[in-house]
Amino acid sequence: MNAHNAVERTARDCYGRLVAYLAVSWRDLAAAEDALADAFVAALETWPRAGVPDKPEAWLLTAARRRLVDGARRARVHDHAVRSLSVMADEADRFADFDAAFPDERLKMLFLCAHPEIDPSVRTPLMLQTVLGLDAARIASAFVVKPSAMGQRLTRAKAKIRDARLKFELPGTNELPQRLDAVLEAIYAAYGSGWDDVDGVDPRRKGLAEEAIYLGKLLARLMPAEPEVQGLLALMLHCEARRDARRDEKGSYVPLSEQNISLWLRPMMEEAERCLQSAAQAGRIGRFQLEAAIQSVHAQRAWTGRTEWEEIALLYEGLVRFAPTIGALVGRAAAVAEVRGADAGWSLLEAIPNEAVKSYQPYWALAAHLFKRMRKYEEAGDAYSRAIGLSAELSVREFLMRQAGEINRT
Amino acid sequence: MHYTLLFYETPEEFSHRNDPLKQQDYMAGWAHYVKALRDAGIVVSSSGLYPPETAASLRRQGGEMLVQDGPITETKEQLGGFFVIDVPDLDTALEWASRCPNNAVEVRQNIPPIK
Repeated sequence: MNAHNAVERTARDCYGRLVAYLAVSWRDLAAAEDALADAFVAALETWPRAGVPDKPEAWLLTAARRRLVDGARRARVHDHAVRSLSVMADEADRFADFDAAFPDERLKMLFLCAHPEIDPSVRTPLMLQTVLGLDAARIASAFVVKPSAMGQRLTRAKAKIRDARLKFELPGTNELPQRLDAVLEAIYAAYGSGWDDVDGVDPRRKGLAEEAIYLGKLLARLMPAEPEVQGLLALMLHCEARRDARRDEKGSYVPLSEQNISLWLRPMMEEAERCLQSAAQAGRIGRFQLEAAIQSVHAQRAWTGRTEWEEIALLYEGLVRFAPTIGALVGRAAAVAEVRGADAGWSLLEAIPNEAVKSYQPYWALAAHLFKRMRKYEEAGDAYSRAIGLSAELSVREFLMRQAGEINRT
Repeated sequence: MHYTLLFYETPEEFSHRNDPLKQQDYMAGWAHYVKALRDAGIVVSSSGLYPPETAASLRRQGGEMLVQDGPITETKEQLGGFFVIDVPDLDTALEWASRCPNNAVEVRQNIPPIK
């Protein structure tokens, strides 16, 4: 393995662990990231000459620590910081000297990123950057945000962590459920931000789906007994298992009900089912377990050939009680329409306030579909037009145009 | 806040406006987008523009105003139309821009009117 590859592989395998460990010990996230970036640059210069060290992580940790010490001396930081730095320096030496692995502090990092003092809109980007090392430009494109604005938000969040002295600690028992919710929300936002279509899957964020699942698996490993963590992982795995079926060979969008089940990835669906089962053992239902259960019922079609809409409608009733998001309300209307007819579905849609759906594409796509079934062709055409106008993705737009075109031929 | 969405089109996209085979799809794409924007109640003003070859450009050079046919800059993509929308922030403006039917759009914040 050449030195350049070694640097890249080490970065991929342990960037998050190194940043988390440095940041938790030094209590300055931005400084920890800068120091580690310098250490990686130093590795690129040194390793090709001197060879890849036996323990590359320990080498990087020592190099980053030295940068922090130098930076601290120059800035003449407060006594307490120097003390914590010297403790860390000793520890880093210990890890370099012995075979001991340095502690995994990424769970603390995930909770820090979703801290109540951190603006909700920057929590997911912060996680993607600190735990996975993604750069601001890539995160910005994935969330359709101006890259320089994204960079500023990340910088401000890190300054806030330092200046407000936010704790790099796990929350106490009484705080935990709420804080964990924020962590789960942030990871889920990486999986399917922007809009959830009626199927509950967002096909646009392909770039970040893998990263979100990585974070979900990491969280599940660090908190195996939390049912909602397992629920979130099950939800993402079920959606991910259908990725290849969401497009036909020409790249056109295929809705869930028309997907070729032989393209669904069974091992991934089975993994999702195992997560759901282990979640159920805790006997504490929650939003993500319910969303995963809905996807699990859809997944049963791979074995039974049919979709149990009544079961799905029932699960949506529960979900709406836990988390009455627009996505859940629209999903419930879709399920009810399958069970009790288009009229029943439409009356649920109609009850959603207009202001909440003026730029929510799935609402209009479902409304158009239901109007068509009710033979209200004029309303259907109107709703299709809005759904098309609100679609950012070409294949979805073309799919809806074909659907709208069928009205004119009936 | 007001933001302007500037839609840039390639010569090929401009040509779709008059191509009997492409015209209908081209117009329909814009019609749906315009409807979604209007129904959301955020449009301040808007217009499509005739293609760049119909433009007249004026440029003052050495105190003399020179007039030429065509656009100011000869770039591959030219301004084809614009929307001024009233939305809370730049993120929302970009979200609307991402839904436009053509492939290149620039978003700028409008300077508030001088009082």
